[in-house]
Amino acid sequence: MKHIVTLNTALLKNTMAKGGCGECQTSCQSACKTSCTVANQSCENKG
Amino acid sequence: MIHKYQLNGHNIVIDVNSGAVHLLDEEAYELLNNYNEEGRLTVSAAGLSVSQQEAAAEIEALKQQDLLFSPEIYQEVLDKVEARQPVVKALCLHVAHDCNLKCRYCFAEEGEYHGRRSMMSKEVGKAAIDFLIKNSGGRRNLEVDFFGGEPLMNFELVKEVVEYGREQEALYDKKFRFTITTNGVLLNEEIQAYINAHMHNVVLSLDGRQEVNDAMRKTKNGKGSYETILPKLRQMAESREHKNYYVRGTFTRNNLDFSKDVLHLADLGFSQVSVEPVVGPEEEDYSISREDLPELFKEYEKLALEMLKREKEGKDFNFFHYMIDLSGGPCVAKRLVGCGAGTEYLAVTPDGELYPCHQFTGLEGFKMGTVFEGVMNHELREEFEGCHVFAKKDCRECWAKYYCSGGCAANGYNMGGSIYSVYDIGCQLQRKRIECAIMIKAQEGGNI
Repeated sequence: MKHIVTLNTALLKNTMAKGGCGECQTSCQSACKTSCTVANQSCENKG
Repeated sequence: MIHKYQLNGHNIVIDVNSGAVHLLDEEAYELLNNYNEEGRLTVSAAGLSVSQQEAAAEIEALKQQDLLFSPEIYQEVLDKVEARQPVVKALCLHVAHDCNLKCRYCFAEEGEYHGRRSMMSKEVGKAAIDFLIKNSGGRRNLEVDFFGGEPLMNFELVKEVVEYGREQEALYDKKFRFTITTNGVLLNEEIQAYINAHMHNVVLSLDGRQEVNDAMRKTKNGKGSYETILPKLRQMAESREHKNYYVRGTFTRNNLDFSKDVLHLADLGFSQVSVEPVVGPEEEDYSISREDLPELFKEYEKLALEMLKREKEGKDFNFFHYMIDLSGGPCVAKRLVGCGAGTEYLAVTPDGELYPCHQFTGLEGFKMGTVFEGVMNHELREEFEGCHVFAKKDCRECWAKYYCSGGCAANGYNMGGSIYSVYDIGCQLQRKRIECAIMIKAQEGGNI
């Protein structure tokens, strides 16, 4: 495309099929404790 | 729903539901002003220039792929999440309701949490591990954060719980990730070695510049804590080869120029930094107010630009709130339910009482049970289970909902009276952080 570039190489909607295993880290345990930042957690389900 | 904004010369468009992030040239960005919420062009295509028509065709192609103005399709994911058997996978163990510092903004009331000073016993610590295993269902990865007050004031107990957890994980095919959050006052070589051997992550509290830190983080006799703790925290970070730790600070109304504190921490050699806004009662002089927001937005921008500059110079560091993974990150199920407070994540008091999270500890009406008898307040658990992004009107209409996942329930309760409320000042700052984080990605990888 000439006018638009998409930055993502992965899309949220593609996680619908395999997501939800719940093995990932609880967001508040990492480094916040007073806010909620979820999008920076990593996924444990690489399979 | 889309969100469009301009920052540092980039025209950025987030397609909220698909999660797609696009960089646009001026022409396409301007043209998007002529689309309504449903993604329909509201001006005649015949009146567009050839170049605008090209841009319109690109917008149309993205719409066809559900990458722009894409519909909300996640109710079925939420239904599945809600149908899951409740499990607990993370505990915040308040091993000491006591502290050796006296920080002005402490939500734990200098460690006491609306109660009395107390230390967790071995019996409670072990029962917490048993409770977690018993209630974790099929989850393998389990987390225990040693928290306080100041957890190093009860470090013998920490070691006993770790050892017991290691024995039990082998028996039950679980994997414990232990973490600790400390002010560093009691750190010594022996404790440091133990933490390095057993803790997956360590959070070290320090606010930034000496005068900023010392104005809020005082010793019991009213002196600043910076000089005492800094060498210990540096040694800790170095001994972990600057991995799996965070130096974590809080900024207040007294240091609205907080980017200087973040950079100060980076200049001290810390490569993993998390500094976030204080959440305090409106009447406190240090609390962030609405009128502070414009200045704070500028600070976040300044910080992002400085980080990009340092990255170029090979002096990069990681700022927790600018971490964003456009090539992966958590699944939509996780993003719908957020931190898991009151459901997957619980806090345990020194006496073994269960609360929805560390911030609810000791608050009237939020006791959920004990580690000995389990979760007894099922009504409260259901209330937390239902507290997802679609259940909060403000979140449902917000473009950032899949990044913050509905924000902090405790902040909602403390500032708005309900766990289903949002704390608007916090939300505005969160949105600004996301915009800056994505701009950094645009600068690093985008070219239009």
